[in-house]
Amino acid sequence: MRGRDILIAVLLGLALWQGAVMLTNAPHFILPSPWRIAQAAYRSRAIIAENAVVTTVEVLLGLVLGTLLGAATAIHLALSKTAERLMLPLLVFTQAVPVFALAPLLTLWFGYGMGSKIVMTVIIIYFPVASAFHDGLTRIDRGYHDLSVTMGAGKYHFMRHVRIPSALPSLGTGLRLSAVYAPIGAVIGEWVGASKGLGYLMLLANGRAKIDLMFASLIVLACLTVVLHIAVGRLADWMSNYAHGSGRS
Amino acid sequence: MTVPPGIRFAGQHHIDGRLLFDADIQLPGGQWTCLLGRSGVGKSTILRLILDLETGGQFTGDISATNGVGLAGRISYMAQSDLLLPWLSVLENVCIGARLRGEVPDAARAADLLVRVGLADHLASKPSTLSGGMRQRAALARTLFEDRPVVLLDEPFSALDAGTRADMQDLAAEALQGRTVLLVTHDPSEATRLAHQIIIMSAQGTARWPVPDTPAPRAIDDPQTLACQTRLLSHIRGVAA
Repeated sequence: MRGRDILIAVLLGLALWQGAVMLTNAPHFILPSPWRIAQAAYRSRAIIAENAVVTTVEVLLGLVLGTLLGAATAIHLALSKTAERLMLPLLVFTQAVPVFALAPLLTLWFGYGMGSKIVMTVIIIYFPVASAFHDGLTRIDRGYHDLSVTMGAGKYHFMRHVRIPSALPSLGTGLRLSAVYAPIGAVIGEWVGASKGLGYLMLLANGRAKIDLMFASLIVLACLTVVLHIAVGRLADWMSNYAHGSGRS
Repeated sequence: MTVPPGIRFAGQHHIDGRLLFDADIQLPGGQWTCLLGRSGVGKSTILRLILDLETGGQFTGDISATNGVGLAGRISYMAQSDLLLPWLSVLENVCIGARLRGEVPDAARAADLLVRVGLADHLASKPSTLSGGMRQRAALARTLFEDRPVVLLDEPFSALDAGTRADMQDLAAEALQGRTVLLVTHDPSEATRLAHQIIIMSAQGTARWPVPDTPAPRAIDDPQTLACQTRLLSHIRGVAA
């Protein structure tokens, strides 16, 4: 997808939106026009920026911690057959619990600050990362395994020098999913109980019938997600190129 | 270098209760044995059993070194696929065995081996930038880096074009001289050129095939080699039919 295509798509979407508002004559407290939202965003730029920083920090910390935790779990499961047998069904079972339903509990345990939102983000991205990476670690070419056995490889050295590098594309796939899920986790955490963040600002604006501000916050959140998605996508591409021995590494 | 051990392989291998083969093979120490037979007869399984790798079946019998010393850690292996790790340079790939054992690799020796197999200009290259023949040369250097007395080769040259294959055969014969080598192959020409001993494997068992009197590796146009190759091919076609 080229930059020009994205720009055209965005402009087309805004034009359709503006057209729909003009045609339906919808009141601004139901569906504000893009122009009105832009004005609200400019007026409230300081408060939006302040809250966007909070959400960004929550998302990034959640992403880093969730990835480290998920990757460590995947490596542990791939190293130990017993752990794999016992923990994998448990991991799958935990996914049956709607993570969003845990938000009030997390707020109770970790408070109204960033902690509960980071934990929520970690929980949301933990499984996709662990699952995708574990899949990559266990689907290794049998030839590599055979060669390593004949060379007298230790299982930790084999993990470090062969299994982890060859599973980087799978980890990249998990990270791409995480980049989409991570902002959802943080915002839901903010909806349930917070005093800062874009989710909190959206609720606040909604309660005061400032729908244009709510839309402005939503658009900033969407932009943040897109930027994160692109950045993580680049990282995933690098990981894949590295594992395949192509491109710059 | 001390004389490498020979290997005695005798026994039956069953898969799901069905007999795959009943083989009795002796690999003479320091010589090349070529194992021929049609697909599915169990050639690669013999190799996996000697390497103590998973086969998906049950083996009953004896696999031992003729000098009575265990085989663990004394065999290196080269497969049809070069199995080079794409993210490592050619030099790092040659040293991978040392890294996998947690040892500090001797990069200078690895570089010397790469020079010996004609890859002096590609030490820092990634495998993806090399041709099929060059990748197999790198795999051969990796096998040599292991410096084991016994080398098992599972159709390592079968994916190469005819010219490159002949070059690789010469190179491998020279580089692995004095080691105990078992080469699994489909190619009667390859077996006739390289073998000190040829074993034909079929559903009926294993049998030795006489090799030319000339020393291995034999010239492609050596009349004895060509005659042996023709007879061998006819025999295999008869066995397969």
